[in-house]
Amino acid sequence: MGSRASSLLREEDIEEIKKETGFSHSQITRLYSRFHSLDKGENGALSREDFQRIPELAINPLGDRIINAFFPEGEDQVNFRGFMRTLAHFRPVEDNEKNKDPTSGEPLNSRANKLLFAFRLYDLDRDDKISRDELLQVLRMMVGVNISDEQLGSIADRTIQEADTNGDMSISFSEFTKVLEKVDVEQKMSIRFLH
Amino acid sequence: MASSVYLCLLRAVFLVCFVNPLIQGLSEDESVFQNPHHQQEENLTGLPIVTFKWHHVETPYLVIIWVFVAGLAKLSVVELNHHVISVVPESGLLIILGFILGGIVWGADRAQTFKLLPPTFFYYLLPQIILDASYFMPNKLFFSNLGAILIYAIFGTCWNAATVGLSLWGCYEAGVMGNLDIGLLQFLLFGSLIAAVDPVAVIAVFEEVHVNEVLFILVFGESLLNDGVTVVLYNVFDAFVALGGPRIDAAEIFKGIFSFVVVAFGGSFLGIGFAILLSLLTRCTKHIQIIEAGFVFVVGYLAYLTAEMLSLSAILSITFCGICCQKYVNANMDEKSVTTVRHAMKLLANGSETMIFLFLGVTAIDTEIWVWNTGFILLTLLFVFIYRIIGTFLFTWMLNKFRLVPIEVIDQVVMSYGGLRGAVAYGLAALLDEDKIPEKNLMISTTLIVVYFTVILQGITMKPLVQWLKVKRAAHSDLKLIEKLNNRAFDHILAAVEDICGRIGDNWWTRGWNRFEENYISWLLMKPKARKNRDYLFSIFHKLNLEDAINYVSEGERQGSLAFSRSDEAANVDFKKQFGSEFADVMPNIMVDMSNYELGIEHFSVTSIVKDTIPSVSLDIHGQDRKNAMDDINAHHLLQQHLYRSRKHHRHKYSRSHFSINQNEDEVQEIFQRTMRSRLESFKSTKMGVNPAKKITKHHKKELTHKMPNGHPDGTGHLYGDEEVEGLCVFLPHLIEAGIENPVFLPDMDSPTHSPPWLMETEAVAPSQRAQRRLPWTPNRLRRLAPMRISTCSTDSFLMADVSLTLEEHEEHSQTDHVEM
Repeated sequence: MGSRASSLLREEDIEEIKKETGFSHSQITRLYSRFHSLDKGENGALSREDFQRIPELAINPLGDRIINAFFPEGEDQVNFRGFMRTLAHFRPVEDNEKNKDPTSGEPLNSRANKLLFAFRLYDLDRDDKISRDELLQVLRMMVGVNISDEQLGSIADRTIQEADTNGDMSISFSEFTKVLEKVDVEQKMSIRFLH
Repeated sequence: MASSVYLCLLRAVFLVCFVNPLIQGLSEDESVFQNPHHQQEENLTGLPIVTFKWHHVETPYLVIIWVFVAGLAKLSVVELNHHVISVVPESGLLIILGFILGGIVWGADRAQTFKLLPPTFFYYLLPQIILDASYFMPNKLFFSNLGAILIYAIFGTCWNAATVGLSLWGCYEAGVMGNLDIGLLQFLLFGSLIAAVDPVAVIAVFEEVHVNEVLFILVFGESLLNDGVTVVLYNVFDAFVALGGPRIDAAEIFKGIFSFVVVAFGGSFLGIGFAILLSLLTRCTKHIQIIEAGFVFVVGYLAYLTAEMLSLSAILSITFCGICCQKYVNANMDEKSVTTVRHAMKLLANGSETMIFLFLGVTAIDTEIWVWNTGFILLTLLFVFIYRIIGTFLFTWMLNKFRLVPIEVIDQVVMSYGGLRGAVAYGLAALLDEDKIPEKNLMISTTLIVVYFTVILQGITMKPLVQWLKVKRAAHSDLKLIEKLNNRAFDHILAAVEDICGRIGDNWWTRGWNRFEENYISWLLMKPKARKNRDYLFSIFHKLNLEDAINYVSEGERQGSLAFSRSDEAANVDFKKQFGSEFADVMPNIMVDMSNYELGIEHFSVTSIVKDTIPSVSLDIHGQDRKNAMDDINAHHLLQQHLYRSRKHHRHKYSRSHFSINQNEDEVQEIFQRTMRSRLESFKSTKMGVNPAKKITKHHKKELTHKMPNGHPDGTGHLYGDEEVEGLCVFLPHLIEAGIENPVFLPDMDSPTHSPPWLMETEAVAPSQRAQRRLPWTPNRLRRLAPMRISTCSTDSFLMADVSLTLEEHEEHSQTDHVEM
């Protein structure tokens, strides 16, 4: 496991990833070995099939959506940088980071970026609005088969009503953020990556 | 209904009242019987037609009567619980019922003839409960939390024992308890026996309070493993008490610590040894399937008794026996045997538990044992409670520094409140030697009171406490729908990302262990046939999916393409919905056509996009009314009820009275089927501008392509049916084999240039067109998937794939053109 995988990852790469995502050196190497073990085709990039091979994702209602979130627009392969970039969203927010580097822009794991990640999961067509239909799709995925479409439609309508402030019957990102301001997103969208 | 309750109670009462005097009367006369028997033989004047042979059957009769009474008691308790209260846990009610029964027996006898004797408890009632607990233990969860469990079990129990013992001693020295013939060592001994959290009580109470998996496994695991410590502490202090104070020096203390290691690890390894024996046995029992279920119980019990004989920890032994053997035994034995084992285990465990609690109640009604010392008893209660809380918080604080997922505060509260003492403590107290420990009765009384307090009072208040805490913790205002939805979505997202990351930290070890286990241990312990069908879960899904797919296809075949769309067959419903919603956003401009088809609900969602209407304008009038009428409460309730549970919210899988949480499996099945279907459908979606030359592992394509001309696009009849089914059959196992082989999700065979008309029609469409499209289309695709199994990783298949890819594309396009006309 160790030597062969890490030899493909050069120091400069690790440094760059570290700067971009904020992961530590050991976390990056660990994640690289995971990346490598997922990459059955051994071509340095993961395809959707590689992700779909993880059995637990098949029984996760949002599994396929999350897989899609790894792939940039229109592409079907994700390299290690992209992999890490997506995972960086889930790094816990650390207090000392806020002061670190004001010039580099918001870190990937800031609250806003976490919310943006979640928003993008709903908003498939990337028009920065969650339309009723997109919401319905997500609801349908997350809910059992015993609930009828009318009921689901009502729930979707209600949900939009709660969040929609400008009356366009869809949820924009700012409305989304506003509605979730009480939710502890930092806690809920963070995984502790072991050092 | 109430009448049945009374009936049960009356039955129980009469039985005991009737039987008891009878027994009393008869046993008194027993001596009379024995003599007359001899005398009768001598003085036999005539042939006795019928004789009353009480002394022959006395022991088994009594045992069976009590088992019967216990069963009746359980029946009446459960009946009572339905109406009157779901507040008091069953165990509490059983104890109270035990009080009543004990009172009856005592009233009849003036003495307590039926007591829970320690040997009965330890040898006949406890083992099956522990075996049941360990056999159904969720192993993965257990081992991933093993560190925390061990910390709680070992250090937590030592902490409890030490603090309770020392505090009581301190208070005794301060004179609060009056005059007792007791010393420091005896206090420590008492502390050690009262410190142990009892597995029986924990299961009984926690089962009714549904807490999350991790919390449950922590408390439960702790209660199982702390026996190792309890036994050691008890024996050590017992020996110290016998030795007397002055003779204890450093050497003895070291011996004590060393004995812990020996007892605990010895017990565990002994259990593992028996587990191996059991697995090997079940591997060979193909021809005696009718009794192979019995081996589980026999070997389990042997493990228990052997450990007891060698003065190792018996509970640990049987625990590890159950934990380690489950997988192999379930794989090796015939399905019917597995079912038999499960049912029998639950039966025995439930029965034992009932009897234990009942006897705990009965034993109380005995004037001989009660010694009341207010100070001692109250202080014990206080200290047990407080030190449990302190200990839990302390250790959790330390653990959270190392854990991947920290244990929340509310879980800690529940954990500390859930430190219930039970029959094990009582059993140990009853085992005390009166000569060495003059205050034995005081200790027994105190233990009983602590047990009643924890089981009854804490059991009653556990549920309200949990609810109150959770409510307090949540937002002050009610969560809005969107917040609820998002919370659940976040849980799912987190679970998915964790899975993608492989839960690093334990990954290398678990992977290594899994590999080792797969290659060596399973080879040794599992039947070869069982090894092949290892993915039990997925094989079930595979069967279900197959059935589904076959139904779907044969339905399409039978009805023909147009009728297909209008049919409301259940087999098609989900698919349609999925289809519509999945592609609605992709192909907006086609929708107008869809209004021609009566698609019902699907139609509704799709047109809403196109016409860009306010969603409330629906074609479904009833939906409108319903929507208006729906309260906030309704929507919240619906959502709450139907949202799929995330990993965090899944109920614990261990239950005394159920095997598996069916809802959980259904949900998982639904999600799985949906995901697989959508992945299947995603074949059909072309991603614009995607490089088609992907690593597609296809092989033998050349062989198959020549088959195509044989097939006819409009082909009716079984030719397609068979192929399609075969294709699907071949395809699905792949999808499902836990992703071992690459399920080649056909990337877009169709090049972008070709797509617009073809694509639109296929996807956005109307099932009718799809059905038509599908029949000619799928067999090819799916047949291409067939060879995948043969070689997925070899590079030559890649090359071949690329080569034949273009070939196939052309052929397919020519075909589709043909049909489009």
